[in-house]
Amino acid sequence: MTTEEKSQQRHANRFAYSSRNLWGGFLFGLGFVAFIDETVFHQLLHWHHFYDKSTTDIGLVSDGLFHALSWFATIGSSFMLADLHRRHAFWLRRWIGGIFLGAGTFQLYDGTIQHKLMRLHQIRYNVDLTMYDAIWNITALAMIVVAYILVVHDRTRKMGEGS
Amino acid sequence: MGAHSHETSMFITQTLFVVLLILVLVWYIVAVAMTSRRYKKKWPLQRTIFWITGILCASVAVIGPLAEQAHMNFILHMISHLLLGMLAPLLMVVSAPMTLVLRTLKVKHARRLSFLLRSRLTGILTNPIFTTILNVGGLWIIYTTDIYMLMQQDMFIHLLVHVHVFLAGYLFTISVIYIDPSSHRKSFVYRSIVLLIAVAGHGILSKYIYAHPPNGVTKAQSETGGIIMYYGGDAIELAVIFILCFQWYKSTRPKDLLQNILVKSGIPR
Repeated sequence: MTTEEKSQQRHANRFAYSSRNLWGGFLFGLGFVAFIDETVFHQLLHWHHFYDKSTTDIGLVSDGLFHALSWFATIGSSFMLADLHRRHAFWLRRWIGGIFLGAGTFQLYDGTIQHKLMRLHQIRYNVDLTMYDAIWNITALAMIVVAYILVVHDRTRKMGEGS
Repeated sequence: MGAHSHETSMFITQTLFVVLLILVLVWYIVAVAMTSRRYKKKWPLQRTIFWITGILCASVAVIGPLAEQAHMNFILHMISHLLLGMLAPLLMVVSAPMTLVLRTLKVKHARRLSFLLRSRLTGILTNPIFTTILNVGGLWIIYTTDIYMLMQQDMFIHLLVHVHVFLAGYLFTISVIYIDPSSHRKSFVYRSIVLLIAVAGHGILSKYIYAHPPNGVTKAQSETGGIIMYYGGDAIELAVIFILCFQWYKSTRPKDLLQNILVKSGIPR
């Protein structure tokens, strides 16, 4: 196979597995944010609590599901990444876009529904939360915007140019 | 009389566990020796190591000082349950005991056994949804009713809970990861979703125990016990998820990979 044929084959593979690139990144991003949440905010800073007296039952269920999902997402997406490489179908830009989308979506869900609606726990205790909540959710939105630029903007570019 | 009969029944259950554990340990080693002599392909050493470690984990949980202290101390109870219901089953499942049974039995008996394994009952017993309900549902019942308190007083209930926790853990593990031959296979997506729900159920129960101590348990002990259940469970579940994903990875190996290698090395299609 010539070099040109090879790169054509690669582009074809990428497009065939374009959704696996995006989803693999999405799951990885979700797992990554959950990991940071656990290590930095729970274990290192001790800002977040294992259990908060105001936690609702639905909050507990949601926390359990997302905790389980984050483990699954991290491991599963790593194997998906290996699979994409094995198929010569890895598409970096789309995968990174997926990471931002997954990370942003989970953080936004955590910051609005889990922290506020279900009152699972707050970002920090004994402080005015307004700033903390604002920064938390704006960062989440910013990540989703970056994902949008990376993924959707990419589609308008010439097929196969994205790297 | 009460204390005396308690001692006696405790002695009986402990002896029962010791005999049972030694039996399965010796059986495995003898079977490995037999099968290695009969077949050219050696039985992998790591499987024997997994089996021995698994039996050790189960032993520590039901006999000896930890098991004895676990009666009074909820934190130690939780550690012993993690060993008995999660780690021991996982280690024993990855050592493929059913494969070993089938290899060492006489053909006639092996055939009868594999017929049994293909039966409808086995299908139900190894259905991931059934095993999740048995496993996680069972735990919810133990810790949210008076069973936990009763098992510390009544030796028979104690024995029953231990056997249930181990068997439920074992059935759950074989229903999610396939190491031994199984004829009632479910897809990766099916097993992943059920495993996800089971892991979530385990985590939710841990936090529930943290906040709502079972009868007869102090608040401080239930908090530590809940945290141990949460993070200890995580560690073992991580291994199960890894094995499941790795099996997916191997099974979706592209068929044309070999073709690609041939093409790359210049052999025409």
